Amino acid sequence: MSLLEIEDLRVTFRTADGPVNAVNGLSFEIDKGETLAIVGESGSGKSQAAFAIMGLLARNGGATGKVNFDGTDLLSLSPRQLNKVRAQDIAMIFQDPMTSLNPYIRVRDQMAEVLQLHKGMSKKKAVAESVRMLDAVRIPDAKMRVSMFPHEFSGGMRQRIMIAMALLCHPRLLIADEPTTALDVTVQAQIMDLLTDIRKEFGTAIILITHDLGIVADSCDKTLVLYGGQIMEQGATTDVFAAPSHPYTKGLLKAVPRLDRDDDELQTIAGEPPDMSCLPAGCPFSPRCVQALPQCATTRPALDLFGAGRMRACHVPFAEVI
Amino acid sequence: MPTILSVQDLHVDFDIRRQGAWPWTPWQRLQAVGGLSFDLQKGETLGIVGESGSGKSTLARAIVGTVPTSKGKIVWKGDDLAAMNATARRKHRRDVQMIFQDPLAALNPRMNVGEIIAEPLTTHEPGTSRAEVKRRVGELMERVGLLSNLVNRYPHEFSGGQCQRIGIARALILKPELVVCDEPVSALDVSVQAQVVNLLRELQRDMGLSMIFIAHDLSVVKHISDRILVMYMGRVMELATSRELTREPRHPYTQALISSVPIPDPVAEKARHRPILEGELPSPLNPPSGCVFRTRCPKVQPSCAGELPVMQDVGNGHHVACPYQEVQQVLVTQQA
Repeated sequence: MSLLEIEDLRVTFRTADGPVNAVNGLSFEIDKGETLAIVGESGSGKSQAAFAIMGLLARNGGATGKVNFDGTDLLSLSPRQLNKVRAQDIAMIFQDPMTSLNPYIRVRDQMAEVLQLHKGMSKKKAVAESVRMLDAVRIPDAKMRVSMFPHEFSGGMRQRIMIAMALLCHPRLLIADEPTTALDVTVQAQIMDLLTDIRKEFGTAIILITHDLGIVADSCDKTLVLYGGQIMEQGATTDVFAAPSHPYTKGLLKAVPRLDRDDDELQTIAGEPPDMSCLPAGCPFSPRCVQALPQCATTRPALDLFGAGRMRACHVPFAEVI
Repeated sequence: MPTILSVQDLHVDFDIRRQGAWPWTPWQRLQAVGGLSFDLQKGETLGIVGESGSGKSTLARAIVGTVPTSKGKIVWKGDDLAAMNATARRKHRRDVQMIFQDPLAALNPRMNVGEIIAEPLTTHEPGTSRAEVKRRVGELMERVGLLSNLVNRYPHEFSGGQCQRIGIARALILKPELVVCDEPVSALDVSVQAQVVNLLRELQRDMGLSMIFIAHDLSVVKHISDRILVMYMGRVMELATSRELTREPRHPYTQALISSVPIPDPVAEKARHRPILEGELPSPLNPPSGCVFRTRCPKVQPSCAGELPVMQDVGNGHHVACPYQEVQQVLVTQQA
């Protein structure tokens, strides 16, 4: 059985302008020690899906569907039960490491609190464990720096602290929501390297949420492409990149300038990312799709299995996708 | 091609007062840009890359004339920027325009699109008739890919990509000669980023603009630039044509930077060797002696701590500031 199984997850927000459907029928599973990338642009619902899994949706949001973590449906748990799962079994790291750390509290106390709360450790033991974890994420001089405040660290170091904090209870699943977007490329490479090592060392499954196809190619086993809250395609990373089966994935790959190629003109995807409050009845990508068929605007394509465990949702046959 | 802009040994320093310092403690000096020199030809695009804190934006501001320089010269079409009189300065402000990173923050939320785009025109050419202003705004909006009937809308009604198009239109309405783009696409989505990059390239070609394109994303910079300048802690590490810089990088920092850029292709990614740069940028208040990169350099020698490395010309306009430079290919390049 998979570690996490998600079936037909839907997230809806009640707003003054009517309901906004951020995630529309997301299904996937992830095994122990596996890395899954959720790729999408802004407004694709990738972060909201993660929040729904963690039970962190905003007040006006609601999630339906099934989120099975190791046999328990997380969506049916009470906040108290969910609190046990969070941090102990599933942990999350966020995009902006400064706003996710409390600026008034020393790193030592923030980290120890997690262990005191979840593991019932004494403060002294918890601090010692925190230092050990900071060492593991390669923060130099961890013993001294653990008593510093978050603002005394650089962006890359703060992200390391966040990762260390998330790993304190040895979660089985780590959700990383754009962990390197705010960082420089050289630091990004360090952090991605660290995440790969952590997976090897602790056997943690990782869901990496990102818009950067580059870091996906480097570090993820499976890739899931989201657009307008729906899955466009899903499969092994090597397959998806070698032979993208959806016009959106294809367009996305062509739109990224590549350092190792001399392309003259970048191919673009015309139009703007979708407005989630008024999605088309059919495929959300159809208004921007160059290969759109008449039925694309009206009928939502089903997510079909094909090839070696791959899935795609498109009316255009795989062989004809350009 | 005539040289349009020449930066000669530019230094920009900021005086910093430490938090909680006594009134009599001396101010600290932060060198944001130290000894930078380059020439920009007419119609050329120069890319500037570097990590955050490398002084890219300060350089951009110095060229536009919004931060004072502490040493060195910026020569705009033969005239020293610092020695310009009011009329010449006004002309410089017209001819050099800037495009900013955060497209929404760069636009006044209380002005509609028409007013935003027309503002430079009504400031610099106050005599222009209303009809003429309207005509030119409409023309430019179409040119940058905005429907001209959106002229009465406000910035918040537009998406990030559209806001950046408005910013581009505003920069171009005076028909400038140089456009300084400070991270123009880093806040945009991948699919929109490609649209804006293509638009900038097209406009640059059609209007014969010179462009300085600042970004931290080397793949975007390489795509748009003729030459690339690599900065680290306010100093030039390497300057070369974009093809040569990516294929035959000579400076260890350039090599590290290139190897950190992920490539969206699992096969190519696994094929290449990726040495990862350890550590982070040292504090600019207390920079390393000698070569500023030596604390993180994989090829560091004892002599690096001593003197500032001299810029060497290795031919074909390729300049490197490292005495131990040698070509090392980091990429497996392929033809598109």
